[in-house]
Amino acid sequence: MKRRSLFSLALALATGLSLSMAGTPEARANGLETVMSSGTLRVAVPQDFPPFGSVGSDMAPQGYDIDMAKLIAEKLGVKAEIVPVTSANRIPYLQTNKVDLVISSLGKNPERDAVIDFSEPYAPFYNGVFAPADIEISGAEDLSGKTIGVTRGSIEDLELTKIAPEDATLKRYEDNNGTISAFLSGQVDAVATGNVVAAAIIEKNPPKRPEPKFLIKNSPCYVGMNENEPELMAKVNEIIAEAKSDGSLNAISEKWLGIPLPEDL
Amino acid sequence: MNYVFDFGWLAQYYPVFLKGIAITIELTLVGGVIGIGFGIFCAWVRALGPTWMRPPVAVYVELIRNTPFMVQLFFIFFGLPALGFRMGELQAANLAMIINLGAYSCEIVRAGIEATPKGQFEAGAALALKPLQVFRHIIIRPALQRIWPALSSQVVIVMLGSAVVSQIAAEDVTFAANFIQSRTFRAFESYFVSTAIYLALSILLRKGLDYLGFFLFPATRVESH
Repeated sequence: MKRRSLFSLALALATGLSLSMAGTPEARANGLETVMSSGTLRVAVPQDFPPFGSVGSDMAPQGYDIDMAKLIAEKLGVKAEIVPVTSANRIPYLQTNKVDLVISSLGKNPERDAVIDFSEPYAPFYNGVFAPADIEISGAEDLSGKTIGVTRGSIEDLELTKIAPEDATLKRYEDNNGTISAFLSGQVDAVATGNVVAAAIIEKNPPKRPEPKFLIKNSPCYVGMNENEPELMAKVNEIIAEAKSDGSLNAISEKWLGIPLPEDL
Repeated sequence: MNYVFDFGWLAQYYPVFLKGIAITIELTLVGGVIGIGFGIFCAWVRALGPTWMRPPVAVYVELIRNTPFMVQLFFIFFGLPALGFRMGELQAANLAMIINLGAYSCEIVRAGIEATPKGQFEAGAALALKPLQVFRHIIIRPALQRIWPALSSQVVIVMLGSAVVSQIAAEDVTFAANFIQSRTFRAFESYFVSTAIYLALSILLRKGLDYLGFFLFPATRVESH
């Protein structure tokens, strides 16, 4: 008896929920129109994830995602309102209509895809093997006889352990700083890490620059927006495509990641 | 508490621990033998050596005894390559342990030398032995005997301190525990096993040093029997 009433309660709740969710798009005005009429584009950006988004010494948000937000607002001819969020609340901010777009180093996965929509990718985000330009590496088999530094327990460590040849030596450091130091002091020939970490190294203008050699796992960043916003989606994609072809996105990549925009993005 | 203990991963990962044990033992043996040898030399310099050699040795001892081992290790591994001295993680770990134990054992051995009754030096001189011969044949063995327990403890401390070499990717017992923990997420079990390994190694090392002392210092046998 008790079980049954619980079940019917859950059913009622679910029905009500799906009804209210179905009702949302009609109730909400067209996203692009709202932005254009209010004259501001509200964008959720990361506050603690350099080089994508962090607070600069002047306390103003700065980074790849902030520049991207400003670029989109500029092309729309509206003012950008930067809303710093954490990675945990960036999607709720969008769902509760506190922001129009999420530009927050957001990767695509099925769980997120079910609740929000993604634009075309606008930023590279990947794990790969990095080494100075004079070292020839184009795939896992070229690691033969080389010493590669990784951060212990990271995705790169687990993946490379599987694909590296027998005579490649993996040196596993405690954290990213250990891996970076080992690379800079020449203790390892190459490092396997995220492009963000490589960018952090390049930013310091080291004598040895970690150049991308090959990809381990690719998960580029997308602009997130609410579902059923075809006009906004089309406009954002158009701006991204334009920024890719006119070189302005490449300039942002060079500025914050220290590398040109990958051609396949 | 409803954590379910699971040591099933041991079947797959025990070679990592075996390798870790081998490396910890290697580091301790090399560091211990060369480190104590170097420490005895430094102790001789500070207690009896030529005056001009004493200040640099004093600086070395104070420098090492007043800085953290981990910083010394990082300096050798990450810092020295900037000056052109690059070595692998095992060489760096060995060197750091030798330098570290050298400084500590210097002070321990020096205490043993300085506790030698003056009459023994005079007796050596009366036999027309040169100062080095006095040191070698008369002074050093009873001096070591006096401080052997302290020196043994220092070697054990250095062996346990070698856990930090995992920070420079030397694959010792601690590295093995961290490595396994980051793959199996069995933190309690992997650190439990590594704790047991260190405990066993410490007990063995202490017994071994006691045994060595028994051989090196026949005089102790008279006392203990």
